[in-house]
Amino acid sequence: MSTTSNASPEAFELHGVCKRYGGVVALDQVSLGFPAGSATALIGSSGSGKSTLLRMLIGLEWPEQGWVKVDGRVLEPAHVLELRRRVGYVIQEGGLFPHLTALGNLGLLPYHLGWSRDRIRARAEELATLAHLPQSALERYPAELSGGQRQRVALMRGLMLNPGALLLDEPLGALDPIVRHELQDELKHIFDQLGKTVIVVTHDVAEAAWFADRIVLMRQGKVVQDGRLEDLRQHPVDPFVTQFVEAQRTLRERTA
Amino acid sequence: MKRWVMTMLALVVVMPALGATPVRIGSKQFTESVILGEVARLSAREAGIDVRHRRELGGTSILWSALLHGDIDAYPEYTGTLTHELLKNVAPDADIPTLRAALRPLGIGITDSLGFNDTYAIGMRDDQAAQLGIRSISDLVAHPELRFGFSNEFMDRADGWPGLRQRYGLPQKQVRGLDHALSYRALSSNAADAIDLYSTDAEIPYYHLRTLDDDKHYFPHYDAVFLYRLQLEQTNPAFVDVLKHLSGRIHEDAMRQMNALVKLQGEKETVVAAGFLGVQPDSDGTGLWSRLLQRTLEHLRLVLISLTAAVLLAVPLGVFSARSRRLGHVIMAGSGVLQTIPSLAMFVFMIPFFGIGTWPAIAALFLYSLLPIVRNTYAGLMGIAPDLRESAAALGLPRGVRLRRVELPMAIRSILAGVKTAAVINVGTATLGALIGAGGYGQPIVTGIRLDDTGLILEGAIPAALMALLVQGLFEGVERWLTPRGMRIEARQ
Repeated sequence: MSTTSNASPEAFELHGVCKRYGGVVALDQVSLGFPAGSATALIGSSGSGKSTLLRMLIGLEWPEQGWVKVDGRVLEPAHVLELRRRVGYVIQEGGLFPHLTALGNLGLLPYHLGWSRDRIRARAEELATLAHLPQSALERYPAELSGGQRQRVALMRGLMLNPGALLLDEPLGALDPIVRHELQDELKHIFDQLGKTVIVVTHDVAEAAWFADRIVLMRQGKVVQDGRLEDLRQHPVDPFVTQFVEAQRTLRERTA
Repeated sequence: MKRWVMTMLALVVVMPALGATPVRIGSKQFTESVILGEVARLSAREAGIDVRHRRELGGTSILWSALLHGDIDAYPEYTGTLTHELLKNVAPDADIPTLRAALRPLGIGITDSLGFNDTYAIGMRDDQAAQLGIRSISDLVAHPELRFGFSNEFMDRADGWPGLRQRYGLPQKQVRGLDHALSYRALSSNAADAIDLYSTDAEIPYYHLRTLDDDKHYFPHYDAVFLYRLQLEQTNPAFVDVLKHLSGRIHEDAMRQMNALVKLQGEKETVVAAGFLGVQPDSDGTGLWSRLLQRTLEHLRLVLISLTAAVLLAVPLGVFSARSRRLGHVIMAGSGVLQTIPSLAMFVFMIPFFGIGTWPAIAALFLYSLLPIVRNTYAGLMGIAPDLRESAAALGLPRGVRLRRVELPMAIRSILAGVKTAAVINVGTATLGALIGAGGYGQPIVTGIRLDDTGLILEGAIPAALMALLVQGLFEGVERWLTPRGMRIEARQ
């Protein structure tokens, strides 16, 4: 997932991907590319298939039709562990393991890969500075951390091996508005600083626009529109686009 | 700490297996058999032979299969049992030389009669019999008004009441089934006029009963003998001589007397047998504390080995169940079915595979322990939130590492709760192991039930209850020790 120019400039690529759960279509003929080093936001209401798409990129789901390429290579179950180590994946609520301290969570994979304890600690402290996490919080258990701190640790866990890409599935969804706003700023700052391929799933148009220039709007397993926020506002390809963007803006104006 | 525990475990497991093997005498779970076992043991001891007596091993089938498999070397038996239950193709009235020839191919030897015949008999109150002029069973024909109270077994057996009525043409209509232990009381309180009994029963002199003469020779001979493994004639001829020397020495009166001393006077079998032989009884570890210590070790051994083995198998089974739904159903159903087998039946089922003693009991306890542990392992793993499970996968950890570092630690509480349940149940169920010679706290309970001695029953029941409580407390400690701190604190918002 290096940002240097390879044979394929696309870090992730989907082609004609279909996926169904029982009778429900989650993804329907989706073809998309995510260039290395770019930031993209996937938006849509729940059930639109945006999370399924993200999960497919690291082999948590597999397409029934079509293929997924990572770094120009078709994704296969045999490579999936190695791929996951090159991608940081952060979910809503963080997914931290309650039986391990923050440091234990951070060190789980590196320790398995043979890192020394000192190296793990040094890297954790470095990332704590980046993510504005107090050093003392490293020794605490997830249950002893605030929601915002948990989310910071989850992000740090995704960054431990310095992966080329970060996939975030509603990373701020469970936080209160103030913490959320603060973390949006910090995340944006971190993304800009690290220059990684970033894909964020959110249902919040403003958050999407804040994180990424490119917004992909999905509905019922299909990509409705792929472009900048301005394009979605001014050149909607479908009345739904306007409806989705407007619905959230109206709410925002009313509360403001 | 863990290493120390392992060492202790190993000691408990291995220790009783060390040392040369003495000759092992078995006895059935009734007083006369235990006394005869003690008579043989003390005689052998006097002859300088290293000998053990495994008392109260249960019924005929257990002793017989134990003898055939070499789990014991000798035990007292009755010729009638051999002809009617144990040997096929032998005439019901076969004499001892015939039986000896039939047993030889099985590798079993038989002594001559010890001197008494413990057969079924019909008994009446002596005064009533004298009044009616009844001496033999034939005399009953003239008294159709008499009421009979027979043990349920005697009522049902073809060679019991149905055959007896036919042979003598008995006209009595009032025939009731009774528990054997109650029939003497029924007789003495005039609730019945005649009962079935064993000719050496201690109660015969006590209740002033008359045993009626079997003048048509209906009841088979139940001559007491010792059965032994023929192999002993080479490996320990002195012991075989001791057994042979006992034949013809114990007469019916003497046996009845010894039974009475134990059952009615509360003497110990060892003391009674020693008195009969005119030798000193040995202590045989009769101090309460040393007895208690030994039983505690035996009981712990049963519980620890079965539980350890069950954990080693059941946790992986629980993991597989959580991984594959179909396999899970099969495993759960299988261990559930095991749970429905009555414990006594389970112990007996294990005998063909493991003989008698500790191992069949451990095998049975092991099988009973599986369900709670499998089920709790499964429940613990399935209770992990799917997003946490997926987080571990998304990190790029291989399955084995995920299981070891993430899933099992998060399920540990539930797993330990399952082990605790299994352990507590085991402590209770292990008391039944005494019936197949596994020892432990069940031993005084079994003896206490046989002798109707509440004190003796409590001597087993109280320590067993204490051990169950202790195990419960111990596991709560272990649970606290092994549950990661992060799992014990409530999440902050």
